[in-house]
Amino acid sequence: MAPLLSVSGLTVDLATPRGTLHAVRDISFDINAGETLCLVGESGCGKSMTALALMGLLPNSATRRARHLAFEGGDLANVTPRKLASLRGNRMAMIFQEPMTALNPAYTIGDQLIEVHRRHKGSTYAAARERAIELLEKVGITPAGERLGQFPHQLSGGLRQRVMIAMALMCGPTLLIADEPTTALDVTIQAQTLRLLIDIQRDLGVAILLITHDLGVVARVAQRVAVMYAGEIVESATAASLFRKPRHPYTRGLMASIPIPGRTPPGERLGSIPGIVPSLIGEVRGCAFRDRCAFAFAPCAETVPWRVDNEHGWRCTLPEVPAEAAA
Amino acid sequence: MNESYAPPLLEVVGPTSGALLRRRIFTHKGLLIGSTLLAIVLLMALLAPLIAPHDPYAQDLTQRMIPPLWYENGTWAHVLGTDNLGRDYLSRVIYGARISLLIGLAVMVISGLIGAALGLAAGYFGGRTDMVVTFFITIRLAMPVILVALAVVAMVGGSLWVVVLVLGLLKWDRFAVVMRAATQQVRSLDYVTAAAATGASTPRIIVAEVLPNVLPQLIVVASVEAASAILLEAALSFLGLGVQPPLPSWGLMIAEAKAYMFFSFWLIAIPGTALALLVLAINMVGDGIRDVSAPSGRG
Repeated sequence: MAPLLSVSGLTVDLATPRGTLHAVRDISFDINAGETLCLVGESGCGKSMTALALMGLLPNSATRRARHLAFEGGDLANVTPRKLASLRGNRMAMIFQEPMTALNPAYTIGDQLIEVHRRHKGSTYAAARERAIELLEKVGITPAGERLGQFPHQLSGGLRQRVMIAMALMCGPTLLIADEPTTALDVTIQAQTLRLLIDIQRDLGVAILLITHDLGVVARVAQRVAVMYAGEIVESATAASLFRKPRHPYTRGLMASIPIPGRTPPGERLGSIPGIVPSLIGEVRGCAFRDRCAFAFAPCAETVPWRVDNEHGWRCTLPEVPAEAAA
Repeated sequence: MNESYAPPLLEVVGPTSGALLRRRIFTHKGLLIGSTLLAIVLLMALLAPLIAPHDPYAQDLTQRMIPPLWYENGTWAHVLGTDNLGRDYLSRVIYGARISLLIGLAVMVISGLIGAALGLAAGYFGGRTDMVVTFFITIRLAMPVILVALAVVAMVGGSLWVVVLVLGLLKWDRFAVVMRAATQQVRSLDYVTAAAATGASTPRIIVAEVLPNVLPQLIVVASVEAASAILLEAALSFLGLGVQPPLPSWGLMIAEAKAYMFFSFWLIAIPGTALALLVLAINMVGDGIRDVSAPSGRG
């Protein structure tokens, strides 16, 4: 079966006053129907740009190129604006990071939910309202009927994010792109929201592209994981395989940086990755991680091969990175 | 499909938004005072033929310069006295409200449409559109309103509609500047991107997502501009280049009375007070509406 979303050679360049910033550099991945793919990486590694590029929402200063970009079997790279608008919010929906600003303060949440449904499904007001109530109940907002008449400022952050999720689901999309949906929420609400996403995925069979910097989130929800560093996918594997045996030095560094309750003794220094992310302005050659990598040597400045071991892929000059990776 | 995934949240649903709005309106003193004043002027203007005790144009030179009621020789026949041609001052003030309100409203609508459209386009699209609009704003700001208005009126002759058109085509700059800045700010917010992500078209996003959120600023500018258009009309009429006599414009009344201001102070004071009160009322209403409607203020 063809994948639901197929991305091949996606590149996003941003024009900045100091030159071209290569925000996303030639990344490829597939998402199958009903699957959860996590895109992990630190701030500025191109995760959000990837999401925006898929939705066609890049800022004006950005240019997108791709060898192949297909969604539900149709081309997404050269789609007309009208066709794209009919996909967005309908077949593919997006949840934003900041629930405080992602809802329009001038309308009630009911208006906003109902409008999406009417726009794409051409449904009557009453039918759309019924659908909105059904979904609000689904995401645990009660009493749904009264909530519809409320404005976003009357809801807490957690509730707003649930409304966002309900809005994304209004038209029954096949792909849900969630850009750091839990980052702006506090920890208990994060857990509830993740639980909600997992349940929705299980029941509705929506494919989710979850963008996060939080490996704890990844461990809870992902089936497959792609680790991004400096605009590139450096490692891609099933979640089980990635956590069992991370191959790329960067992934290992990330995992060594997480404290484990009960096992990390209090007061002990957490692992960290030395150095900073390289600038992506101008031409980037070779492995972008080499300045921070304990195993870097001369060939790392050249083209780095993509290695595959049993569906676990990573990009490294070394065929096998020694085990004591966390420097 | 009715079971809920997440535990229900027990949050008290507050009073309805309609009730909240009513409460905000009726506890806002400025809005109440301003709208009462404005309503009085509006009623005066609308009902002028019914409530004016005399014909505002009827001259009676035997009755000229009668002082208002509260002076010693005031009379009930002319509550606010008469002017130098013996016309009833109260009637002229009442009819003058029509001119002032008409000018304020018409200029506000014309300049508001031009300025808001330019400002929204510049703020939303940015780039080249923004450059062009900013260029037009700069040109417009380089022209002194009074001088241009004087020149145009001097060339084509003064009449009510010439004044309206000239001011309407000149006073859009503040609308454009404010709307441009407000739109730029709103445009970068997530809900605009979110609207695009739900498949909304660009015109729809501008009209239905951005506009309601810059409306408070638009209302404030509109009230300021309406008030300033009324003052400008008064100024132009005072200079003899606005509304032409014998139309009872408040500015014109001040102009006609200036020769008598040391002897018949009320001739200037009455239309002046009316003008000041109307401008104050419009500004208070504008601020009040901004306060009670601002969506951002509630977040």
